[in-house]
Amino acid sequence: MFDVRTDTETLLQVNNIEVIYNHVILVLKGVSLSVPKGGITALLGGNGAGKSTTLKSISGLLHSERGEITKGSITYRGENLAGRDPADLVKTGIIQVMEGRHCFEHLTVEENLLTGAYTRRDGGKSVADDLEMVYEYFPRLKERRRSQSGYTSGGEQQMTAIGRALMSRPETILLDEPSMGLAPQLVEQIFEIVQRLNKEQGVTFLLAEQNTNVALRYAHVGYILENGRVVMEGSADALRENPDVKEFYLGMSDKGRKSFRDVRSYRRRKRWLA
Amino acid sequence: MPDTMLFAMEAALNGLTAGVMYALVALGFVLIFKASGIFNFSQGVMALFAALTLVGLQSGQVPFAHLINAIFGTRIHYFGWTLPTLVAIAGTVAVMVAFAWLVERYIFRHLVNQEPIILFMATIGLAYFLEGLGDVMWGAEVKRLDVGIPQGMSGTVDDLTFAWFGYGFYMDTLELWAALIAGVLVLSLILFSQYTKQGRALRAVADDHQAALSVGISLRFIWVLVWSMAGIVALVAGMMWGAKSGVQFSLSLIALKALPVLILGGFTSIPGAIVGGLIIGVGERLFDFFLGPIIGGATENWFAYMLALVFLLFRPQGLFGEKIIERV
Repeated sequence: MFDVRTDTETLLQVNNIEVIYNHVILVLKGVSLSVPKGGITALLGGNGAGKSTTLKSISGLLHSERGEITKGSITYRGENLAGRDPADLVKTGIIQVMEGRHCFEHLTVEENLLTGAYTRRDGGKSVADDLEMVYEYFPRLKERRRSQSGYTSGGEQQMTAIGRALMSRPETILLDEPSMGLAPQLVEQIFEIVQRLNKEQGVTFLLAEQNTNVALRYAHVGYILENGRVVMEGSADALRENPDVKEFYLGMSDKGRKSFRDVRSYRRRKRWLA
Repeated sequence: MPDTMLFAMEAALNGLTAGVMYALVALGFVLIFKASGIFNFSQGVMALFAALTLVGLQSGQVPFAHLINAIFGTRIHYFGWTLPTLVAIAGTVAVMVAFAWLVERYIFRHLVNQEPIILFMATIGLAYFLEGLGDVMWGAEVKRLDVGIPQGMSGTVDDLTFAWFGYGFYMDTLELWAALIAGVLVLSLILFSQYTKQGRALRAVADDHQAALSVGISLRFIWVLVWSMAGIVALVAGMMWGAKSGVQFSLSLIALKALPVLILGGFTSIPGAIVGGLIIGVGERLFDFFLGPIIGGATENWFAYMLALVFLLFRPQGLFGEKIIERV
């Protein structure tokens, strides 16, 4: 099993990147992070903190949204990823599961899964094997394989999206906001599968999540983003015990519950001090 | 059977064959619109260009002959050979694929993420460019296109219907062949998009560009693919209409007939284009047959547009327009 202290091989390294949308909107103001091979890394923070943008900068999807990396670099196994398109990155082993799931609505669940194997050249037999593997992890999808994806539930769509990514035989999955719009029980279920995939298939995960509580329970390493910058980083255990994280992101405090107004002003003060 | 019914049946059958042709032209629009959200104004001109190229290759015409002669004072017009029809068709397909590649490389690659109206404007420009290019390349005169399909009344249909009903239907052999070829083409397009990996990718792109990118589908390749397919559809349409009434500028106006078909069938639906084409084909013949004499005839010129107008009022998404899937 992955251990933060001993497994230190870095797979993906983001060095001080700055991202600008539409030539004017500065979204990331120097984000650095390193994703250990074989681990689950969580990228935490509120709305607009820059989590999704960070993931898109890595997967190459930024370009199609008129964003561009103006400073810094991203390396994967020491190789620079600059200027590579998503198709190329999928072949390298990096695939993103987008926020809001983005299933192909008019395709059936099975067809959705098969599109994940688009870049593969290793023949129908191994693709069929992997399809069975995905169905083992998500038995629900096997039942719904003939349904149009648009008619399946939110949880099933999230499973389809993750399964579709798995079909590309990825080394690293960038998972954007897997808990979005799902019932707590389902969130737990999805994270359990992520954990199993990590353990059993050795898939490295980098996941962006607003639900700090759940994410830190399943992740090994965490980064907290605020306003386009990394404000805190460390092992998931250390972050969970950190009094600031407890107060701001987990909603716990030594002094009992605080009113929302107090928290806000405290947070602002903290930021100024930083 | 009363004579009127027989005449109506004959009109309807002729309408069906015409309808298949309308469907074919509309199909070119649907393919591109579905995959890229571009309404391709140049589809009609593509049909004209493809037909011109086919005639040119078949008769061994020298491309840009007028231009070359004007500049160098030479008098060349023909290479002096003629190509078998099938070879010329293969050559034209190659030209249309190259055209698709150029369109993606030099126009739409630079317009990624632009508003649909900007993409539409680009296709208007493309239409005029292509029209001019066709003229310069192959000359502007009306050309005869012979693809080896006999024209005129079909004896088989005449004999068969005479044996059954005691009245021989008049149907044009060329139109029958055109309907058959169009049918085969439509069928193979459907099979391609339903059962192949690239076809699946095509439908994925039509559903969600971003997600398609994220799983590693190359949008550029898919765009070249749909423009090539639209080019081949245009070639078949241009070939059939050209064989029927000569290859000339008015051929590009067949695109106008496709508009009501699209409104009827929905802009995003392949079955819609087919059913829409058939409804309009049969509808306009029957309408002309029954009501034409009463209101003065020539209803075929406007019937399709009137039907489209009615549809716009009552069912603007068309018969088969993309059902927007919404979970409750």
